[in-house]
Amino acid sequence: MFCPLYNTLLGGDERRVDSRTIYVGHRPCPATEAFIPPKFCDNRIVSSKYTVWNFLPKNLFEQFRRIANFYFLIIFLVQVIVDTPTSPVTSGLPLFFVITVTAIKQGYEDWLRHKADNEVNKYLVTVLENGQKIRTESEKIKVGDVVEVKEDETFPCDLILLQSSRDDDTCFVTTASLDGESNHKTHYTVPDTEKDLESLNATIECEQPQPDLYKFVGRMHIYKKDQEPAVRSLGPENLLLKGATLKNTQKICGVAVYTGMETKMALNYQGKSQKRSAVEKSINAFLLVYLCILVSKALVCTTLKYVWQSEPGQDEPWYNQKTQREKDTNLYLKMFTDFLSFMVLFNFIIPVSMYVTVEMQKFLGSFFITWDKDFFDPEIQEGALVNTSDLNEELGQVEYVFTDKTGTLTQNNMEFIECCIDGHPRALCSVLDILIHIVLYDQEKEELFLRALCLCHTVQVKESPGPGQGQADGLMDQVDGLGLGGEVLRPEEQRGFIASSPDEVALVKGAMRYGFTFLGLESKNMKILNRNNDVEMYELLHVLNFDPVRRRMSVIVRSKSGDTLLFCKGADSSIFPRVRPEEVDRIRMHVERNATEGYRTLCVAYKQLSAEEYAQADAGLREARLALQDREEKLMAVYNQVETGMSLIGATAVEDRLQEEAAETMEALQGAGMKVWVLTGDKMETAKSTCYACRLFQRNTELLELTVRTLEDGGRKREERLHELLLDYHKKAVQDAPPVKAGVTRSVCRLWSTANQDYGFIIDGATLSMVLNSSHDSNSSRYKSLFLQICQNCTAVLCCRMAPLQKAQIVKMVKNSKGGPITLSIGDGANDVSMILEAHVGIGIKGKEGRQAVRNSDYAIPKLKHLKKLLLAHGHLYYVRIAHLVQYFFYKNLCFILPQFLYQFFCGYSQQPLYDAAYLTMYNICFTSMPILAYSLLEQHICIEVLLDNATLYREIAKNAMLRWRPFFYWTVLGVFHGLLFFFGVRYLFSNPALQDNGQVFGNWSYGTIVFTVLVFTVTLKLALDTRHWTWINHFVIWGSLAFYVFFSFFWGGIIWPFLRQQRLYFVFANMLSSVSAWLVIILLILLSLLPDILLVVFRKPRGPNARQVGLTHSYPQTLRHSHGWTRHQTLSTALFSSLSLSLSLSLSLSLSLSLSLPLSLSLSLSLSLSLSPVSSSIPP
Amino acid sequence: MMASSYNAKDEDGHITVSGPGGGTLKNKKPDNTAFKQQRLPAWQPILTAGTVLPAFFIIGLIFIPIGIGLYVTSNNIKELEIDYTGVDMSSPCFNCSQNFSWNSTRPCTCTIPFYLEQAFESNVFMYYGLSNFYQNHRRYVKSRDDSQLNGDIEALLNPSKECEPYARNENKPIAPCGAIANSMFNDTLELFYIDPNGTKIQIPLMKKGIAWWTDKHVKFRNPGGNNPNLTAVFQGTTKPVNWRKPVYELDTDSENNGFINEDFIVWMRTAALPTFRKLYRIIQKKNSMIPTLPRGNYTLEVVYNYPVGSFEGRKRMILSTISWMGGKNPFLGIAYITVGSICFFLGVVLLIIHHKYGNRNNSADITN
Repeated sequence: MFCPLYNTLLGGDERRVDSRTIYVGHRPCPATEAFIPPKFCDNRIVSSKYTVWNFLPKNLFEQFRRIANFYFLIIFLVQVIVDTPTSPVTSGLPLFFVITVTAIKQGYEDWLRHKADNEVNKYLVTVLENGQKIRTESEKIKVGDVVEVKEDETFPCDLILLQSSRDDDTCFVTTASLDGESNHKTHYTVPDTEKDLESLNATIECEQPQPDLYKFVGRMHIYKKDQEPAVRSLGPENLLLKGATLKNTQKICGVAVYTGMETKMALNYQGKSQKRSAVEKSINAFLLVYLCILVSKALVCTTLKYVWQSEPGQDEPWYNQKTQREKDTNLYLKMFTDFLSFMVLFNFIIPVSMYVTVEMQKFLGSFFITWDKDFFDPEIQEGALVNTSDLNEELGQVEYVFTDKTGTLTQNNMEFIECCIDGHPRALCSVLDILIHIVLYDQEKEELFLRALCLCHTVQVKESPGPGQGQADGLMDQVDGLGLGGEVLRPEEQRGFIASSPDEVALVKGAMRYGFTFLGLESKNMKILNRNNDVEMYELLHVLNFDPVRRRMSVIVRSKSGDTLLFCKGADSSIFPRVRPEEVDRIRMHVERNATEGYRTLCVAYKQLSAEEYAQADAGLREARLALQDREEKLMAVYNQVETGMSLIGATAVEDRLQEEAAETMEALQGAGMKVWVLTGDKMETAKSTCYACRLFQRNTELLELTVRTLEDGGRKREERLHELLLDYHKKAVQDAPPVKAGVTRSVCRLWSTANQDYGFIIDGATLSMVLNSSHDSNSSRYKSLFLQICQNCTAVLCCRMAPLQKAQIVKMVKNSKGGPITLSIGDGANDVSMILEAHVGIGIKGKEGRQAVRNSDYAIPKLKHLKKLLLAHGHLYYVRIAHLVQYFFYKNLCFILPQFLYQFFCGYSQQPLYDAAYLTMYNICFTSMPILAYSLLEQHICIEVLLDNATLYREIAKNAMLRWRPFFYWTVLGVFHGLLFFFGVRYLFSNPALQDNGQVFGNWSYGTIVFTVLVFTVTLKLALDTRHWTWINHFVIWGSLAFYVFFSFFWGGIIWPFLRQQRLYFVFANMLSSVSAWLVIILLILLSLLPDILLVVFRKPRGPNARQVGLTHSYPQTLRHSHGWTRHQTLSTALFSSLSLSLSLSLSLSLSLSLSLPLSLSLSLSLSLSLSPVSSSIPP
Repeated sequence: MMASSYNAKDEDGHITVSGPGGGTLKNKKPDNTAFKQQRLPAWQPILTAGTVLPAFFIIGLIFIPIGIGLYVTSNNIKELEIDYTGVDMSSPCFNCSQNFSWNSTRPCTCTIPFYLEQAFESNVFMYYGLSNFYQNHRRYVKSRDDSQLNGDIEALLNPSKECEPYARNENKPIAPCGAIANSMFNDTLELFYIDPNGTKIQIPLMKKGIAWWTDKHVKFRNPGGNNPNLTAVFQGTTKPVNWRKPVYELDTDSENNGFINEDFIVWMRTAALPTFRKLYRIIQKKNSMIPTLPRGNYTLEVVYNYPVGSFEGRKRMILSTISWMGGKNPFLGIAYITVGSICFFLGVVLLIIHHKYGNRNNSADITN
């Protein structure tokens, strides 16, 4: 039933590719008239981007493609071309610095790539050419070459295995460097190839290169003298991938099919699409605002300049004549260049360094995740892995968690618990073992069932570890041993099994307990040791592989007696329709009971094939396997045809234990306001019980079911019933529910009214596809939105029976819903990759199902329980850090540039900079960059333990709380307030520039230096005020950069610099410090600027300690009381404070306007009241 | 396959950071160091009413006295300002201001009588003030050559391009070049005390010590080192267009001549705002018994050379005493008193809030 959906979704990806023809050993074959050696790319791997010659232009071009860099380049060019107030050095130097650092970094990485490429390309390999072994460099391999590879060597290109030194025509490889799976995989030679490769005359037809590591379609034509050419199908099991390593096999020979950049490995290293975090979007929005501010500032100044100049005597007084060239310039051109000049003068409002700092913060910050020892799992000896550091802060913003069940919520450590043979349950338990013989039932049936378990699988027996085998095997032993839950293993049970699915291993081991031991596969014969210690042999004819759409697998074997048997095992839903209905009822009950208990159930069926039936099936399968096009579909059709009319033998129950702390983790996530959706391919009952076990569903949770079963209850058409149910549930969950807002209010609501019903929603894959692909087009979108609304109002949603692509579809649907919530997907298997890639943040679990999930994830953690710390502690902290970083950067540049803007009103709009060029350049690079970087790496406004203990704290930063327009407005107003204060404070001081006790006067550079000193100190101390976590690094960096500023100023002003045209700052700083008034005004202005923040801090105070108390007291009523008391306290202080701030600003403006002229007091009172107002609004009622 | 770890995904060419480890498997337990585990010992200050309250009171208690001190100091400074622009018909300088021409050879002098109501006890500083004069105009500020002023011979003969259009005159380099030097203030101010019996006593004006020490001794230097013959040193240069005499004739005292003339240095320090004052002369106190400027009648004699009419500027002569905080400026005192009072007031309000609600809340927490 998933097929149509699956195919339509896949349709886009599966591009029809032409096939390529390869002549093995470049020998022309008789079938083709003329041998035209086809041209393929050589086997050189080029991962490097640059060569020595094109490095500079190409790298520069790529760097300036970044919009920010381009902007700064433009500013720089304007400065070079137009006569601008600041020298090009001021913006050129930082830009040059950034560009150089980036170029060096990229150059170094490219050098490493060159080195790695060379290592790979110059690697010596053996090529068989005309019967001779020739050692040659790897890069010289051409498509069609026959290559010999020895044990422990890596394959130099993608090879089709022709010959193996092993007797059974197999070889073992590990693909650890490709996908991280360290187990040995078996690959097969092409059947019927001659042992003598020299005389082999064959062509290979295969698809064009495609990146999927696990897909390969091709066929081989073997031409023998005087015979019809034989055709053999080629699949992934014949293909040896470049990068994989040969193991356990002395040597193999293979023919190169894909080389160089066309190998699957190379194709796989094309980067993933970059995910961008929400913070970045906020930055861009803020940037736009600041660009507007910048342009409007420049426009205002240009306009005023020309208005001002139009008055007589202002434009060109006698003391300040223009040069002839200036006089000759066209008026409009002059206006334009003036505009550009102002842009240049104010361009520091958007700093280059912000981008650098943000990148540094993300890069360095992500180290704390990899370093965290709490993420270290002793079992697999690994910690967390960060694949993308761009998304650190997104971890603090997650609203929806989509989790896989098997391997994620559960351990994927399967244990055979029970089987039910023909309706009789059998528990695997030592006590019951004795009873087996007492219970009277069909002995024959039981043995058939156990044989089925032994035969119907793809498990391999691991060879006893030889001397040459390495660590990987040790690891496997460990993992496999765990499957038996630490019981003492009997010698024969130490046999290791390797399989892609742990269920199969559990089943085979289960059968072993009952006396049927699978001994392994030997040249197409499966050997089974039965209860009587006899070895039974079965010839393996066909394996009908498992796939998640069919949800079953089968084998066709021929027994010694010559019977052809088909054994099939699979999910009940896929087996029941294919067996005789009268057999179903007996078993269904048991299956359902087992499923409710949380076991994974599988049904086993068999069928005896008659000779004709087999012949038909065999032909069909062979034909389908040889198809180059639509092979999957054709195979599927044959499978479906063969797997019919079977008889049910029994069912198995396998327990999959919950992950450690799964329930606690889920509870914490829900407490943090995240909605957890479980997306699983498993049965509904199994999944439901897992959800209960994980406490995703509570006892009082009302479950809203939308599954095939509920749809069929009504007895009407499914679709009508579906719509009816949807409307019904919508009424229940959405309309009748009290209107709640997201975030804190919701938590309070949940705490207050226990009457408020929690809803859980269950849907299965079939129903989901009905909802999403409703037949009435007009209704389709409506039902989809109804569905979405219901889901969003439920505390937990369970989607079972999901195909991998449906998982991604659900994630996409939520991701694109209103408000664009941040989604997180977590999973461990290949079937989770699509949803991991789809979600904003993808998390891979380093589980048992290989490494695909980890490879495609943004972050990988060893266990589910680590998710809690990753989100609640790391995510929270990173978000707060980066949000503060961004806001602070905009703020500090606003109050840096605002005085310069205001100064234009006092210098005839002549673009005279207020600060010296050195200060303009160094402000963002040296004086104020380090403290914020240290802050953004080390800050813990709430310590990690409290964050972990108290999940509700996560809600405080939900929905990008610190980067919304309101906080941005607050920071902007603060910046404006500070800028005004700095400028006008000093301006009123300079109403009498005689500031020294010797009567001497200060000039414009002293003015700028005083403003700048206040600025640097205020901005740094403002950060110090915000710092809640003072490590020695913070101390060092904050006080250090202030000291550096003072030191630099002395140094810069202490020498007549020979390369400077003007010695503007010569002894200006020292002279400033000799003036008491300057000291006094600096202290005053710093203090006054920080006053609003100190006040804010005091009034925000209850948050910190209160949070700590909540963290200590877990019990519910206390939490309630706390929050109650806290709320009351807040309301009171809010009311008081708002009235206070009003009276304050009034009194301030009054007292100031008495003595000072109007603008200062106005601006003071205005900005004070403005900057205080957010307090009253930011506190929740 | 080494290639894989460096073939990361920085396509867009910027500092995209592939995460640490970049896909390699970490088979090592992370170090258990305080830094890596984010457990560095840290001071975690929590600003509470308890800690901030005293701070507010302390700030209030420190700032208010300072403010009062500043205010009193500023009020004790005696200052007298005389506008001698001569815009009004009644003004003694009206004629001079109206008949101004750059080419007149005969200086125009005007005399302004004034009465000093309070004696100036300590050293008196004489300033000239200009209004609506944009010394901080960009074109003006940059129109100088500090290398030339620092005595660099090369720059003396080849003034910087920044000095345009005041770099050369009739193909000779201008020394000192630039708009600032060219527009140097050249009024001469003299002060006479009319003692009660009518005699006019000239008050001695000191012209040393008006410029920054570092400017006078380091930043400004005459070319040719210590060559006393400045005429020879400045050979080949020409005076600024608006000057009446060349730079080496600014003063007879060789220590105050040429580029190191203090009037010149003071002028070269461009003012921050369009209304400014610059130190002109110092009247030193001679005798502790007699005030520097006793109460009585004075006249200010101005040789009126400096035109300000064209840009509606004003010229002022300011007599002022100086305190430790500089000249008269009530701003600082008032600001300090205001901020101190605000802090004190906030302290009181916070105390009330803290006392009334803070305690109750705390006790509620404890009992529950």
